[in-house]
Amino acid sequence: MPFQSILFDDVPAPPDLESRPQPDCFPDLNLDQVVASVTRGRDEYRLAPFFNVSIHDLRLIEYRHEVLRDLEDRALLERIGAFAGGMRAMRAAVAQADRLRYPLQKQRWHLEAARIYCDAVASLSGDLAASTAASRGLQAFRAYLDGYVASPAFTSLRDDTADVAGRLADVRYCLHIRGARIRVTRYDDEPDYSAEVLEAFDKFKRAAPRDYRFTFSAGAEMNHVEAAVLDRVARLHPDVFTALAGYAREHRAFVDPTIRRFDREIQFYMACREYVTHLAGMGLSFCYPQVSDRSKTVHVRDAFDVALADRLARDGGAVVTNDADLSGRERILVVSGPNQGGKTTFARMFGQLHWLASLGWPVPGTEARLFLFDRLYTHFEREEDLENLSGRFENDLRRIRAILDEATPDSIVVLNESFSGTTTDDALLIGRRVMEEIIRRDMLCVSVTFLDELSAMGEATVSMVSGVDAHDAARRTFKVVRRPADGRAYAWAIAEKYGLTYRDITARLAP
Amino acid sequence: MKALLMHRDRDFDPDADLPPNAQDLTQDLELDILLAAMSGGDPFLLGVARSAVLVGVQDPGVIVYRQRILADCLQQPEVVRELYAIAEEAVLREKKIWAGVFGDRYPEGLLHRSVQVLQLFVTLLRRIRGIADERAGAFASEGFRAFFAMIEHELDDAYIASIENHLRRLEFRDGLLISAELGAGNKGTQYVLRGAVRRRQGWKDRILPDRSGFVYQLPDRDEAGFRALSELRDRGLALVAIALSQSTDHILSFFTMLRTELGFYVACLNLHDRLAAAGGPVVFPEVSAGAPVLTGRGLYDPCLSLETAGPVVGNDVAADGRRLVMVTGANRGGKSTFLRSIGLAQLMLQCGMFVAAEQFRADVCDGVFTHFAREEDESMTSGRFDEELGRMRGIVGQVGRGSLVLLNESFASTNEREGSEIAGQIVRALVDSGVKVCYVTHLFDLARAFHGQPSLRALFLRAERLDDGTRTFRLVEGDPLPTSFGEDVYRQVFGETIAASTLPDVAMRLAAPDAERRRTAEPSADGLCA
Repeated sequence: MPFQSILFDDVPAPPDLESRPQPDCFPDLNLDQVVASVTRGRDEYRLAPFFNVSIHDLRLIEYRHEVLRDLEDRALLERIGAFAGGMRAMRAAVAQADRLRYPLQKQRWHLEAARIYCDAVASLSGDLAASTAASRGLQAFRAYLDGYVASPAFTSLRDDTADVAGRLADVRYCLHIRGARIRVTRYDDEPDYSAEVLEAFDKFKRAAPRDYRFTFSAGAEMNHVEAAVLDRVARLHPDVFTALAGYAREHRAFVDPTIRRFDREIQFYMACREYVTHLAGMGLSFCYPQVSDRSKTVHVRDAFDVALADRLARDGGAVVTNDADLSGRERILVVSGPNQGGKTTFARMFGQLHWLASLGWPVPGTEARLFLFDRLYTHFEREEDLENLSGRFENDLRRIRAILDEATPDSIVVLNESFSGTTTDDALLIGRRVMEEIIRRDMLCVSVTFLDELSAMGEATVSMVSGVDAHDAARRTFKVVRRPADGRAYAWAIAEKYGLTYRDITARLAP
Repeated sequence: MKALLMHRDRDFDPDADLPPNAQDLTQDLELDILLAAMSGGDPFLLGVARSAVLVGVQDPGVIVYRQRILADCLQQPEVVRELYAIAEEAVLREKKIWAGVFGDRYPEGLLHRSVQVLQLFVTLLRRIRGIADERAGAFASEGFRAFFAMIEHELDDAYIASIENHLRRLEFRDGLLISAELGAGNKGTQYVLRGAVRRRQGWKDRILPDRSGFVYQLPDRDEAGFRALSELRDRGLALVAIALSQSTDHILSFFTMLRTELGFYVACLNLHDRLAAAGGPVVFPEVSAGAPVLTGRGLYDPCLSLETAGPVVGNDVAADGRRLVMVTGANRGGKSTFLRSIGLAQLMLQCGMFVAAEQFRADVCDGVFTHFAREEDESMTSGRFDEELGRMRGIVGQVGRGSLVLLNESFASTNEREGSEIAGQIVRALVDSGVKVCYVTHLFDLARAFHGQPSLRALFLRAERLDDGTRTFRLVEGDPLPTSFGEDVYRQVFGETIAASTLPDVAMRLAAPDAERRRTAEPSADGLCA
């Protein structure tokens, strides 16, 4: 099977790839922000659809990991970047040709586009041949490219382009402007008068002369005077311009579809490398996760919320990393603790880790074993539902119901303060029911809750508490640690909110 | 082309940053009076003089270089003033030449203007050449000899003629010939202005009518077309326009620099004339570097002389090898005047001027700093002390080893013991660090303490007071005395004797007005003028 896709190998991409909507969980997990940040500056490649498709094929995930590992070679990354730059310049030249009015200009821009394309393809072919790329994907593409570059389709394009471009570059002409009349003639070795003047006045040149610079209209368009001149230049050089016109007819469409597809899809990896390198600059690690579609063991070290880290990288601030573990019969991480203690961040992190892993991306952290889910659900408190409590509670229940209707034992669900829109008794009752259902189905889950009771529902649940400083109850560490929920941290948070912590009171009562 | 009349090897920069203490120096040394005399009312000369005096040089070689040029100027004042007038004319007339309808944002307009400016400059350069031809022999200084040699070398007749020829050709009576190539999208690029092949005598430099090729005739009233044509012309002319503008810039900068640098000497001539009229002698100082040197005979405050338009009392000082001069003694005895005369002499020495003395020598210093008691905020004593300490912190932050610091009644705004202690620490630290200090003070504790430290090698001067209480406004060498004779002044003002117990306080309060003497009392009535 010849090479088809650097993203999907020989697996057909989902037919609805381009039209598939963003998954519901993206806003809750802030993955929409991550995608926006990753794809920034790459709009023309329309990368967002690739993030919407989680892969359920371990072999394909490995295929992507291999390509990403190849691209850890900075030199290779730069070469592919140069190829992408060439392809962008080629498209810009084509667009320029389309926009312009005068045929002699359109033809020249078309020629220029083809020249750039030939250069970019030939360079990439040479660069890949010289590289040590070991991934199945890049090896297959290299073989494809070798074949293409040797094919008559490419060689004739390249040779014709060079020939016509060379002849155009040799054209020189003179304009004699007097009053309203321009006479266009062949250039006949007339001496350079500027040089003569420059030499005569050289004595008056200062060491650091003022930099006079004139900006002439730099647009690609010609005015009618320029066009009239060009027309006369063409009449002075009929052979050259006949060749240009013939070239334009012969090589109307010149871009190979497989190369066009590669140019787009490789950007998914380029964006990934760039993003990971950017966050690595803050001392944060990414790793290739060990992904399983059978074991529900989760083991993560030093992970973080990617969206938050990205924002802190811009605004400044330290990123707190967290660990997460589920082993044996454990399936559910129940997170409680003070508000603004990092609970939601932790829950998002858990969801992000799994989604990114399902894209064949590296994930935040130094080590990661993750489960290859079939679907990922989130149930976050929705602000727009705040108008009345009963409505909100009902809405919560409907959303949970919808999730549970669809979810399979291989699904993952992230619950964030679900059922807070009712009395504690009701919340506890419903919360227990939902948890029991999740446990019964053996699903992986993170549940952020203010109900301590939910953290001790048997061997499936693991209690985690967002931490506070042991010496200073008012200081959040944003560490979420495995610890039984005891309700104290929550009380501290309330005390602080009202300025009634030990420190506040002693400070106020100090003599 | 450079004038090089201030430095052997570089331009003088009249816009150089003034030292951070320029304001204090100006106020404390009453520099404005000196600068006004130098400027003769011309704001440009004022700026040049201010910069030259406040931004002195540390290299004795440069100082001597300027002294010799200035000596030439004193010999040939009318030639120097004429050269200055030519440079001034160049700078002022250039400003009035407009770019015309094209505007100088476009090459054609810029070129048009440059050609006109160059025509003006060539005329003026010819005049300078004429002066060089006739008068160069009368100048002996290295600076002027190099200047005239440069003029003769750079502006020989053949060169001026070739420039004038180009200025005529650049009017392009036969139209423009421009070559081009095909750039991106077949748009013209690499536009180069071409001269016609020189085929026949008489046709030299002219564009020959060429019947080959194809003609495009712009329709009448095609405004967009004429704009496009104009842009084509501009593309061809850009390089030449830039070269000519840079040439005019250069020649303008030469004239500007000549005006600035000669301006300094013209300002010196102005001051010389004023002081001569007032009967104040001037002398070129001897300058050295390294060991502390400070010796003067008949050293006086030129500002005082300018203000009173008459000669003033001069002082002698012999402090070679010493870093500290302590001046004590009678109020209104000429102490502050003396301090100012030292500061002004040092500044004038370091810009290459003559100084107001019969004889003077000093080593160069890397900065002159003044810390004079100020009048402001008299009501709040503690505020004044804060202000003084703040200024002193500023000074200490700027001084270097080899600076000169003039202290006038510093730290008199607190009680004597505290003031002495603080001042003692500061002065000792400065002197031990290689700073020269002249300190006019009433702080007897301090003066006595310094007197008891022979390692300081301080020179002690005292305002002379005759036994009958008369002040001579001269300073004489003498040990510090425990009173400043404030009582004399008090009696003079109030006509009565004060009780002994209140003396120190009054002395303190009267110390500050000493700095302001000339604003409050009539010098001539004091017998200030000799």
